[in-house]
Amino acid sequence: MTVAPATADPLAIVPPEVAADAVVIHDETVAARNPWTRVIAAGDTLTMVDVGGNQAVDFLVYDAHDTELRYSAPDTLQGQDTIYLTTGSVLRDAEHGPLMTVVADTCGRHDTLGGACSKESNTLRYGHHTRAQHACVENFLLGGSRHGLGKRDLVSNINWFMNVPVDPDGALGIVDGISAPGLAVSVRAERDVLVLISNCPQINNPCNGFDPTPVRVIVTRA
Amino acid sequence: MTTATTAGAKAHAREQERAAAAELPRVLHPASAYAGDLPPGVSAGDLVWAETVPPGGYTSLVVAAGTRLRVRDTTGNGCAHLLVFHADQPTERLNVADTVKVQWQAFLTAGHLLLSDQGRALATIVEDTADNSAAAPRHDALFGTSTLARNVERYGSGDVFGPSPAGRELFALAAAKHGLTRRDLPPSVTFFEGVSVSDAGRPAFVGSSGPASITLAAELPLIVLLASTAHPLDPRPEFTAGPLDVVAWPGAPTAPGDPAWGATPEGRRAYENSTAHRRTSGADR
Ligand SMILES: [Zn+2]
Repeated sequence: MTVAPATADPLAIVPPEVAADAVVIHDETVAARNPWTRVIAAGDTLTMVDVGGNQAVDFLVYDAHDTELRYSAPDTLQGQDTIYLTTGSVLRDAEHGPLMTVVADTCGRHDTLGGACSKESNTLRYGHHTRAQHACVENFLLGGSRHGLGKRDLVSNINWFMNVPVDPDGALGIVDGISAPGLAVSVRAERDVLVLISNCPQINNPCNGFDPTPVRVIVTRA
Repeated sequence: MTTATTAGAKAHAREQERAAAAELPRVLHPASAYAGDLPPGVSAGDLVWAETVPPGGYTSLVVAAGTRLRVRDTTGNGCAHLLVFHADQPTERLNVADTVKVQWQAFLTAGHLLLSDQGRALATIVEDTADNSAAAPRHDALFGTSTLARNVERYGSGDVFGPSPAGRELFALAAAKHGLTRRDLPPSVTFFEGVSVSDAGRPAFVGSSGPASITLAAELPLIVLLASTAHPLDPRPEFTAGPLDVVAWPGAPTAPGDPAWGATPEGRRAYENSTAHRRTSGADR
């Protein structure tokens, strides 16, 4: 596993179109398997860097002032002509309003369908023996609980850097990733938003290359 | 007829049922008065519910574990938007991401389960008469329902009391009848209007195969929210919806020995989780 040193200049890591004329507001490495939350001010850009390669970053976003207005996968898909996310994609809330926009993406495409892993769904996918394993929903619940959010506030999320193709017959699944060490995706807040991240701890499928690794989160202001 | 007095207003109110007798009743009392087709082995006398949800309308039902719920698009223009919640603990609800991921399949049809966020089967699709094919799925688990904002943009109106009600507005009302709010509304599934997805990930509206029905078996006690409105990707410029015929009758949840129980390992484990939960919670009572 190659891990970029956290001391590396963050403006050398974020995509150049984000780095131009930007100042760094926040720079942090989220350890493997951990949650992370932060309010991102309107206009600021969050860049997520896949430090070790093929690390799924499970992601939910809420209007910071009215968390009932939260990310909606269906509304996001209704507003574009592909099931994947990449530069130009608008992350929409459940009333169809824009929350964030993808402004740079060196990975290419990201998942909107697979949702988060959970201890409970792991029992269906891999067997009852996996119930004890840590999972993204645990991270969402822990991170959300620090902002007054609970189970009712969790919905189908984004999986940055995760590869979920849909075959023409509807068959879908998490397959080997297309990301690599150092690839990054940047999302600009269209209003003040609260972001919940789970650095996915899944070890039963290829979403993390069977080896959860850190991700770097960098907030910039233009 | 005067309504200027209490006696006049009462007489006027009581006249309305008789005056409407020629119209199709929206909820039949008793349900055994239902005159439509029923599957083999089910007679009108078995029914516990019979209702017609008008285009642009909604309904909600609380059903016991085991209940069979059939939703029929009688015209080929219907689109049924569905949400299901565990009736005893509605924070547990339909999770479409888990539903498609766990079953390795985005296009739902007979044999598929509707999964909750707690690794349990909420319901099984036990019947589907729509003409599904790989190239032309007739149900959709990816694109959710319509919103007020988008229906205003597309049709000029999305109000529930207008000509083109938005699905989320209908769901908000249906949910409120059970003490639930917009916060409780996750992405929904739709029946009878399909969307295909190309190799490149591009969606294409497939639409309906004509009149069809689906039947759900409740694996847990459920709150069912059902909205009848246009599919959010329906490209037709005019708002298109149809009536939905809803009937319910008692049954048993999926059990060991039923063909569905062992059809897939993922489904079997979901049934195991649901069965254990019914036993510990007393929902089998
Ligand atoms: Zn995960």
